[in-house]
Amino acid sequence: MKEQLQERKELLQIREVTKIFGGGTVNEKTALNSVNLTLQEGDFVTVIGNNGAGKSTLLNCIAGVYGIDKGSIILDGKDITKLPEHKRAHWMGRVFQDPLKGTAFDMTIEENLAIAFYKNKSRGLSPGITPKDRALFREKLSLLGMGLEDKMTQKVKLLSGGQRQALTLFMAAITEPRLLLLDEHTAALDPAAASKVLELTDRFAENPRLCTLMITHNMKDALKHGSRTILMKDGQIVMDISGQEREQMTVEKLIEKFSIDNDRMLL
Amino acid sequence: MIMTFAAFLGSLELGMIYAVLALGVFLSFRTLNMPDLTVDGSIVTGMAISAVICSGGGNPFLALLGAALGGAAAGLVTGLLHTKLKIQAILAGILVMLAAYSVNLRIMGKTPNIPLTKSQTVYKIADEILPPKYAGIVLGVIILAVIIALLYMFLETRLGFVFRATGDNEDMVKACGVSCDNMKLLGLALSNGLVGLAGGMLAQNQAFADINSGTGMMVIGLASVILGEVIFGTKTLLRRLVAASLGAVLYRILLAQALYVGMESTDMKLVSAIIVVIALTLGLLGEKSSKLTKFSAKFLKGRVQK
Repeated sequence: MKEQLQERKELLQIREVTKIFGGGTVNEKTALNSVNLTLQEGDFVTVIGNNGAGKSTLLNCIAGVYGIDKGSIILDGKDITKLPEHKRAHWMGRVFQDPLKGTAFDMTIEENLAIAFYKNKSRGLSPGITPKDRALFREKLSLLGMGLEDKMTQKVKLLSGGQRQALTLFMAAITEPRLLLLDEHTAALDPAAASKVLELTDRFAENPRLCTLMITHNMKDALKHGSRTILMKDGQIVMDISGQEREQMTVEKLIEKFSIDNDRMLL
Repeated sequence: MIMTFAAFLGSLELGMIYAVLALGVFLSFRTLNMPDLTVDGSIVTGMAISAVICSGGGNPFLALLGAALGGAAAGLVTGLLHTKLKIQAILAGILVMLAAYSVNLRIMGKTPNIPLTKSQTVYKIADEILPPKYAGIVLGVIILAVIIALLYMFLETRLGFVFRATGDNEDMVKACGVSCDNMKLLGLALSNGLVGLAGGMLAQNQAFADINSGTGMMVIGLASVILGEVIFGTKTLLRRLVAASLGAVLYRILLAQALYVGMESTDMKLVSAIIVVIALTLGLLGEKSSKLTKFSAKFLKGRVQK
């Protein structure tokens, strides 16, 4: 098993990445402090940590929302450190915490899907959506088991938060990206919707070419889903577990680790 | 007291022109979700270019094309100020509006007014072919129909889809691999291109161009868009485009009627502003009144505890 892991290709390398907000002012804050992280194809990594630990900043730096102050980010052998957000998007799918952020609310489900579907194709003056696309979307949406395939011409603003997140996840995965970035994508959902969306996440993450990074505040989810868990604190990765070590980890032990860290902060 | 039939036809004719303006404002205000004040400048740019070409003996249809291009150029400048120099959208529009005043004066050869009474215009050409009473309206309807059709077709393309999504959700557009900046540039150029065209038509219709006629045009466009939405609905994309156009026509008719019952023409801008305020608050009033009814229903049932 372990040998198999080592044979897999390295997909994402984050080298010595530092991100400072408000540099040179009294509010200066080092959000990421020389972070190193290497992800292999097929990895499903859950990211935990306190508020302000740098989890979201890490994801946003990978996605290109923020430029970084030091270090480099290599994706599939290509240095993407200087690429703008929309260009990196070709290899990445993203789902945000806010269910409103992932879709165009005043457009229909099928129009939203079409926008995501043509991500890596030219955006010319050919029809925005064809009957063939519709049939494909309908077929794929029915696999989600949420009944969205019967609402394809409905505007997204009429959907529930859970339906929207499922749709956003589907849109993020439809173009088979190399990297799936999930920033607390179930935090705003009720428990039933959250577990449904997590179930879908597991399904999409099975793709062996895909690498998934999921931030969560739910430690049970962090251990239950994925194959590797990292804990962030003060802009650094302080724990990185996988395999047997991770299997033996429990929520209680994790909380202990959290509280020890917190106690240290008090002293 | 209702206005005469001739006055009604006149406001229909003007309405067709203002409908083009309304479609331009629809693109920036609704599709891009950006209040764009460039309009007050770019409409005069359209007028100026159109008047200069016509009075110089040029083809009046080419003059309209020039007007559209001039408006688009103004929109592009606003877009560049906003996206590349990161100036707030509304301020970028105001700056270009201000700068356009000087540019427009230069286009007009430093005269504040160009008469077209002796020049050929598209409306005079139409008058020769069709019965003069309806010629202007027919011409307006044809131009408007072509624009709505083209706009609708564009908004239904792959590019049109992302363009529409830009006003809804920039994060989503970026996550789908498209530069929002490019969409805004495109949108502002397109929007002000339509505004410039409306200006060009207006100059030829009135047979003069005036440097000061841009004031409040953005508000008039906005009033038309909102009036159209309130009365004709927003259910489908095509309906929204038609609604904005009909809103403009309706707005002209309302204004003409108000003048007919004795309102001073100098008060028209005040009325325009008031119409926009009322139209914008209609939605709010609807929300509040529904909350109020819910509350009173609860109260009547004795569920409110205090």
